[in-house]
Amino acid sequence: MADASNSDAFVEFERVQKSYDGETLVVKDLNLSLPKGEFLTMLGPSGSGKTTCLMMLAGFETATHGDIRLDGTSINNIPPHKRGIGMVFQNYALFPHMTIAENLSFPLEVRGLGKSDREAKVKRALDMVEMGTFGGRRPAQLSGGQQQRVALARALVFEPELVLMDEPLGALDKQLREKMQFEITHLAHQLGITTVYVTHDQTEALTMSDRVAVFNDGRIQQLAPPDQLYEEPANSFVAQFIGENNTLEGVIKEIREGHALVQLDGGELIACTPVNVSEAGQRTRVSIRPERVEYNKERLQEGAHTLKAEVLEFIYMGDIFRTRLRVAGNKDFIIKTRNAPDQVRLQPGQQIEIGWLPEDCRALDA
Amino acid sequence: MSDTTQSGPVLSADGTPLKRSLARALRMQKVRALMLIAPLLIFILLTFILPIADMLFRSVENRIVADTLSETVVTLEEWDAMSGDAPGEAVYESLYYDLFVAAEAKEHTKLGTRLNYEQTGISSLFRSSGRKMDDFGEDHVEAIEDASDGALKDAALWYEIMTGGSSDAGNTELLKAQRSKMAQLTGEGFGGDIGFVPGADISETFPRLARAYTDFALFVAVMDGDVVAEEDPWESVFVAFAQEVQAPGGAEKIAGYTGPGAAELQAAAAALADLEPISFKQTFVDIDEDWEDVGNWRTIQTYSPKYTSGYFLNSIDMQKGVDGAEARPENQQIYITLFKRTMFMSLVITGSCILLGYPVAWILANLPTRTANLLMILVLLPFWTSLLVRTSAWKVMLQQQGVINDVLVWLGLVADDARLVMINNQFGTIVAMTHILLPFMILPMYSVMQTINPTYLRAAKSLGATNWTAFWRVYFPQSVPGIGAGSILVFILSIGYYITPEIVGGTKGVFISNRIAYHISSSLNWGLAAALGTILLAVVLLLYWAYDKIVGIDNVKLG
Repeated sequence: MADASNSDAFVEFERVQKSYDGETLVVKDLNLSLPKGEFLTMLGPSGSGKTTCLMMLAGFETATHGDIRLDGTSINNIPPHKRGIGMVFQNYALFPHMTIAENLSFPLEVRGLGKSDREAKVKRALDMVEMGTFGGRRPAQLSGGQQQRVALARALVFEPELVLMDEPLGALDKQLREKMQFEITHLAHQLGITTVYVTHDQTEALTMSDRVAVFNDGRIQQLAPPDQLYEEPANSFVAQFIGENNTLEGVIKEIREGHALVQLDGGELIACTPVNVSEAGQRTRVSIRPERVEYNKERLQEGAHTLKAEVLEFIYMGDIFRTRLRVAGNKDFIIKTRNAPDQVRLQPGQQIEIGWLPEDCRALDA
Repeated sequence: MSDTTQSGPVLSADGTPLKRSLARALRMQKVRALMLIAPLLIFILLTFILPIADMLFRSVENRIVADTLSETVVTLEEWDAMSGDAPGEAVYESLYYDLFVAAEAKEHTKLGTRLNYEQTGISSLFRSSGRKMDDFGEDHVEAIEDASDGALKDAALWYEIMTGGSSDAGNTELLKAQRSKMAQLTGEGFGGDIGFVPGADISETFPRLARAYTDFALFVAVMDGDVVAEEDPWESVFVAFAQEVQAPGGAEKIAGYTGPGAAELQAAAAALADLEPISFKQTFVDIDEDWEDVGNWRTIQTYSPKYTSGYFLNSIDMQKGVDGAEARPENQQIYITLFKRTMFMSLVITGSCILLGYPVAWILANLPTRTANLLMILVLLPFWTSLLVRTSAWKVMLQQQGVINDVLVWLGLVADDARLVMINNQFGTIVAMTHILLPFMILPMYSVMQTINPTYLRAAKSLGATNWTAFWRVYFPQSVPGIGAGSILVFILSIGYYITPEIVGGTKGVFISNRIAYHISSSLNWGLAAALGTILLAVVLLLYWAYDKIVGIDNVKLG
């Protein structure tokens, strides 16, 4: 977890709590700091507190306890319109009664900029999102993707140092979403703005962010760069939530020098990397990514533990094959293999042996 | 598609034009849809549109003068109203025969009432004259009756004279003309066989007599249901005979007359020889000298046409004068003031409804649904209370010995002898009507505000707008359709409001609708009421049109 008292932090949450009803905490003891220019994504299932955190940062919700600092100053008592934070909303929130140019001009007007200044900035912002010719239109005359770009331009037009985005791509179709993901990250890095991005879409989080904060139950479960998050989940929630994952239940037999021996509920013994388990006898959930499972004996490492498996289903997915196996009593054990010329296509009913590297097999909390 | 390259209409698969086959396919649907709405459509047509159209038509309709005084209006046309002299004998003569029949049919008082709207005093003139129609040619009638030992008292003889005997061809043209005249006068259908056709000879020789007798015959047969030959003719028949015989050339006519009863008629003519010819004008003036009054005749002439703009002129404090439209005397002007007051007060009421309703609608729209529904009941509660009860409650509250004044006096804010006048004036009407019409403003505003996403306000604030700027620049413009809808509703309702101004308005706070109601139910001047109503309707439509031009009616949301 990041150090809360980081001196070069631009945005800081320190021991922040939030409760709506005075009985339950929606956000429990949040500590988070991000340096200038970082693209941070808050990822989590709905109700995990991520949007509440964003709203506290924007100033629409007040923290019940704790301190939120922007560039070193506490902003707890600063109203939203004085925070100077750009924000992109889920439904874009483009003012329907104004044209696109008027929408973009609005934040400049309330800041008292002159007409020529405003026009220049609006034009630059629209050009930036490639919407230069749409200034005279109304939001209702634009497509979802176009509205999204305008919303982005509007959040950036007054040159904020921090931009918040609340699931901005949720309403777009898949192709457009992927295109916009790229554009947003590109723009954010180009302008050097600090971005806090909220989403429940893990692909979006992984592809766009410098770091991802996985939220659950009002807490950050893990804060890490995307690759680390995927490959080294800190607990079983993160392992389950990010990407596809196979789990096997068991009990720790012994832990020694960064290795753990786990006896699965079916009796088999396997070697794992212990993550958040500490002692023998503890129940554990072992997590293995489907693409890290190997069934070709020649490729298996010397001395690796192997398990017997029965092929239940073979699914052809184009670029990959997806095979469902029964392993140690788990009927939903998935393996993914690349559709390469020499790849074997497994047949249902076939008995095979599978194995993996102990580093890829992580013993997490049960 | 190949269709884009071929010219001419697009054809469907079987070669018929696509438009026609589409129309055929849709016709069944249309018929079914029409059948579904037919009951309501017919209901509305019969109970709403037709009565209103009929009522509006009354604002220009003015048949009663021409129908009742059908001959007089024709002869009066030649009279020059500017001359300053009363009309000539011919007009009075026509008036006698018209008025005689009208008096028999008891239609003359209606006409008097109608003309009294334009010129006070005409009503009693007509009523009193109608009772004295026997004054005309009293001696002449007596002389005719006494001639030939009273032979002309015989109804059957008259019948024979007037039919011209069995050999006469009969003048059906005259019968037809008098039929339609009587039908217009009484409003009854004068169809069917009446057992009488005026003789061709007699109606040529004595046309006035023939007309008078035909009128009598029609009336007796149709209105009284009697046999013409058995009824004694009206005095007007005798008067007509006397008039024709005594007219220049009358002596020759009667001498040359050879039809039935020639001897008796010639004897009667001889008896009349000593008497002065009847002067209708003199007799009318003797009955009432107002018949000589040029003003009365001007009024009759002005309102002779079957359609008149008089009611409309009246509605805008004008009248038909000798040279066309002219302003009414100052002390009779009332409607322009009333229209202005109605418009002004409706605007004030609409404005107060906006001011009071907007915050309420805003709170309702921003509260959680449960609480909002609860408060909504409070808004709707007045709807479920009788209008009369609410208005009367305001009377209790606002009157000088009422609740508010009592409290103010008790608090010492107002002296007991200087209690505030808050009712029977414009203030009372505005307060009570604002209260009554408030839900009509809140409901459309609420339904529009509900659709405004709160993120717009958040977005505005995140862009740097203060609470006020965010509201004024972002929220308010989006709520304008609700304000528009509410305003139209409240304004149109209040412009035609009746009960509340009637109860709490006194004399200073009444609306034009109260005046309309007065003319409908008290003064019975329906034409004027219709004209006022038409103007009111036109004003509303005009405002609606203006609103559409300025704001656009698509921007109005009622929910």
